[in-house]
Amino acid sequence: MTSLRLMLLSLLCFALLSCEREDRRFRPAPSAANTLDSVQVSGLHPGGGPPQSGPTLPGYYEESAYAVSEGKRLFSQYNCSGCHANGGGGIGPPLMDQGWIYGSEPANIFATIMQGRPNGMPSFRNRIPEYQGWEIVAYVRSLSGQLPSDVAPARGDDAYFKPSEQSMPNQKPTGITGVPGQKQ
Amino acid sequence: MIRVRQILSVCSELFLVPVGCFGQQSLLKPAGPQAGKIEWLYWTIFWIAFVVYVLVIMAFTRASTRNRISGDRPAPVLENPPGERGAFIAVHSALLITIFTLFVVLVMSIVTGAKVGGISSKNPVTIQITGHQWWWEVTYPNSQADQTVITANEIHVPVGTPVVVLTSSADVIHSFWAPNINGKRDLLPGYQNAVWMQVDKPGIYRGQCAEFCGYQHAHMGFEIVAQSTEEFSKWLEQQRKPAEPPRDPDAAQGLQVFMSHACVMCHTIRGTDAGSRMGPDLTHIASRHMIAAETLPNTRGALAGWIVDPQSTKPGSQMAANPLPPDDLNALIAYLQSLQ
Repeated sequence: MTSLRLMLLSLLCFALLSCEREDRRFRPAPSAANTLDSVQVSGLHPGGGPPQSGPTLPGYYEESAYAVSEGKRLFSQYNCSGCHANGGGGIGPPLMDQGWIYGSEPANIFATIMQGRPNGMPSFRNRIPEYQGWEIVAYVRSLSGQLPSDVAPARGDDAYFKPSEQSMPNQKPTGITGVPGQKQ
Repeated sequence: MIRVRQILSVCSELFLVPVGCFGQQSLLKPAGPQAGKIEWLYWTIFWIAFVVYVLVIMAFTRASTRNRISGDRPAPVLENPPGERGAFIAVHSALLITIFTLFVVLVMSIVTGAKVGGISSKNPVTIQITGHQWWWEVTYPNSQADQTVITANEIHVPVGTPVVVLTSSADVIHSFWAPNINGKRDLLPGYQNAVWMQVDKPGIYRGQCAEFCGYQHAHMGFEIVAQSTEEFSKWLEQQRKPAEPPRDPDAAQGLQVFMSHACVMCHTIRGTDAGSRMGPDLTHIASRHMIAAETLPNTRGALAGWIVDPQSTKPGSQMAANPLPPDDLNALIAYLQSLQ
């Protein structure tokens, strides 16, 4: 009897887990304005020592399936796919593997979008509103399996046989940022 | 008594509200031959249903008043009550009349449907309408690409000329419905549908999306502006022109603001570098009556409110909030209002 109750209770808990996954915020609060100042895009530090921890992303974006699917829409509408394809890369580097030239942390990707990077990545500062930038960041991270699979998009709108972001294997990010000794 | 009067006045105001909007939207005020046929069908079915209603209520009243049992005396059970045969005939003939009436209504609906779809012309005006969440893209195609006109939410048509409307959708299923002119037509993503329409009376007619398509489905309106053929060609000629370069320094700064902020990521202004097709074409936005898919009047204040905080008017809209400094906002609106 007790085990049955326990089972029912755990089932109920599982049902509750999915409650907030589509939380929609249409007027997101402005995020920390100093994000861009504190992002670290290189593993070198004066004086050595452990790397300083970067700023954290406003939690909402990586926890809401709505925000990530908006990121997916914007990824193609703002023509990110023009260079990065559907994550596989082309003119730009791929986004679905483990290599991150300028860091895989949300704030790093955000800075990369807003500031632009050498050899072709344009700066979208002022062109893409901040909250949409974070939505794109969340989607980009879902491409390499960094997001929980209940949040990552399950399928696209077009007839395309690429596996969904939901079923992407989690790629352990590597790159120069914060991890001394690793190659670019 | 005062309460009743208050309720009545509130009700009448509720009914009057749509009259205050731009253009009229009513099935019962047809402006073209197709809507006329639909209106005729509507009233025919209405009066048939009315007669049936009166007859049914009369029969109920009669059945509930005759043979009333007084007191506690139970009704006697009879083997062959008088009038059983008469009742049998009455019920069966009523059944036959019902089936016949429904059949007549069915035939009338099919005939009207065929007539409504049956306008055709060798030389129609062609308009391509694409549904977006939550606005309408309106294209007047031309074999020369630079003569193609793309506008939004405002469909100009010449009076008395058959118009073929090609419908499609960019995201989900929408439905194109201008009740004064014709019935509904679904807009399907990845598929092109076509529907004929003709407007005989000049005027402005409101229409809206008739298929639930997401958060702002209710705020997805459009208007059909029916004009004489000369006025229509004049309008089309004007719409074909690219936007004029800004004439005063304020508007020039406005163009600068447009090009350096989020506006340029989604909107097109022909004649400038802005060429994205995510949002409505703004080349001649000042010539339109309404903005945000018939949600707000195209005034300075509404435009400013819409640019700064669209999510308070249409939550979920794909238009992003643009908290611009006041000077930039003034300049931007000065520029947009110069785009005649």
